[in-house]
Amino acid sequence: MSTSHPLPAARAERVPLERAAPSGARVVRKRPFDWALLIRATAAWLVTLLLVFPIIFLVMTAFKTELQAIHVPTLWFFTPTLENFHEVQERSNYLHYAYNSIITSVGSTLLGLAIAAPAAYSMAFFRTRRTRDILMWMLSTKMMPAVGALVPVYVLAQKSALLDTTLGLIIVFTLSNLPIMVWMLYSHFKDIPPEILEAARMDGAGVWGEFRYVLVPLGMGGLASTGLLCLVLSWNEAFWSLNLSAANAGTLAALIASYSSPEGLFWAKLSAASLLAIAPIVVFGWFSQKQLVQGLTFGAVK
Amino acid sequence: MTAIAERRQASRLMPRLLMAPAVGTLFLWMIVPLAMTIYFSLIRYNLMQPGNEEFLGLANFEFFVTDPSFGTAVLNTLLLIGSVIAITVVGGIALALLINDPFPGRGVVRMLLISPFFVMPTVNALMWKHMMMNPIYGVFAQIAQSVGLQPIDFMADWPLLAVILMVAWQWLPFACLIFITALASMNREQLEAARMDGASYLQQLRHMYLPHLGRSIAVVIMIEMIFLLSVFAEIYTTTGGGPGDASTNVAFLIFKQALLNFDAGVASAGALFAVVLANIVAAFLIRMIGKNLD
Repeated sequence: MSTSHPLPAARAERVPLERAAPSGARVVRKRPFDWALLIRATAAWLVTLLLVFPIIFLVMTAFKTELQAIHVPTLWFFTPTLENFHEVQERSNYLHYAYNSIITSVGSTLLGLAIAAPAAYSMAFFRTRRTRDILMWMLSTKMMPAVGALVPVYVLAQKSALLDTTLGLIIVFTLSNLPIMVWMLYSHFKDIPPEILEAARMDGAGVWGEFRYVLVPLGMGGLASTGLLCLVLSWNEAFWSLNLSAANAGTLAALIASYSSPEGLFWAKLSAASLLAIAPIVVFGWFSQKQLVQGLTFGAVK
Repeated sequence: MTAIAERRQASRLMPRLLMAPAVGTLFLWMIVPLAMTIYFSLIRYNLMQPGNEEFLGLANFEFFVTDPSFGTAVLNTLLLIGSVIAITVVGGIALALLINDPFPGRGVVRMLLISPFFVMPTVNALMWKHMMMNPIYGVFAQIAQSVGLQPIDFMADWPLLAVILMVAWQWLPFACLIFITALASMNREQLEAARMDGASYLQQLRHMYLPHLGRSIAVVIMIEMIFLLSVFAEIYTTTGGGPGDASTNVAFLIFKQALLNFDAGVASAGALFAVVLANIVAAFLIRMIGKNLD
């Protein structure tokens, strides 16, 4: 097994070689063929493709006709059709639900940042003995299963006419993401050296000035990754949207659930609707995965 | 001088003012539903028969706890959380070690790998239920048949396993990427030295990799527990908790009482139980991460 890793000496040799190689040609080729690398790379690709296979299958099915979709054995080559997408829009008004998803996730992200950022700033730069307790308490509210609050929230939403409205969903999404947002922002802000803020204060910057000219530029990475994560969580949120919304404010997550009726086994349409529902956020997630995952560790894994 | 005194005054008030909206809203978000839940749990409260409320004492709790579904639901909840965490931690470490060192296309692999994490639970559930696990047309059934085995009807015979697979598939990439991040900060020289000294791969794993990953394992377990305590959509869209109670967890059982039986009283009693369960888990977690987060 140890042969699969180059020894330090070999590594040291490789660096100058790599630099000397014109136009970044692969140095690996100049050495004897690396079987261990081939096996490792093949294994990694195989496992990855296996893990992503359900999604690949979903994408394929979305472009099949209903008959092709349930063909056994699975058809791997077929003439793609766009008919399903058309029908999904016609039948269930995809755009209406997509609009709701965008409004609720963007709305709750902005509202959440507006509430969480000042709190995280205060906790990171004006630490008191109680800061830690407050953070722990916040996290503990996130551990309450949402279902514990289902009946009261349902009743409150009904009484205040917020049931099945996007505003109602925005409020609930914001509240359920808030603990995680405060935590993430806090763990980013506390990495900013307080001396910088101190200096700004000396130069006569008020709290707003500090926030605007020091914290926002320096904490941009944290604000961005927190916002991204909140966007993803809200977009994919299913519990509250299933229970608090219907035809009017329903999000894409709720729309897809309506395809679960046991009789309506329309794979191609289900796939097309699903693809439309996940594509925006998956593509979005690809480009921000590093910040997202690191953010979710609350800065505990560097 | 007065300016400085003023600033000092301000600097004591300001942090609290800035924290107030977050703390205030979260406090209301916690205390209002909790108070209402406690109240509902003590009365007869059917959503379909309003105006029929009367004080019941602890009868709702008795009903919820003596319901035969209750034991099953608690067991299912623990099984679900335990299995998913076991699969994602072990699988995530294995996968992270596999793609830790550079190979052609590593960047693309990382990008593809995270995809399941961004798939919304309802899509995840329906995709697996129909296209993978359908006993006639599904991919698993085709594989089983091609090697001459009887296809498994997951939804009928192994509903909880099906839910565990779906949830684990969603969280494996997350665990894996956290472990990759942690591995990146490992001390290379030490590792090379161990290799030079002829440490076998298992020895390296036991004495170098795993100790280094300890903290990230704790983080993965913590985050997953927060989200897995309330797994709902996967059950709602696939098995509906069934057959019988075979795939009902505590969250789904409360949902059934509240919105399918319209019995808000019993559902509230159940919710309080869930809160207690969550608090036990939270107390355990906070002790664990207290050491790991700073």
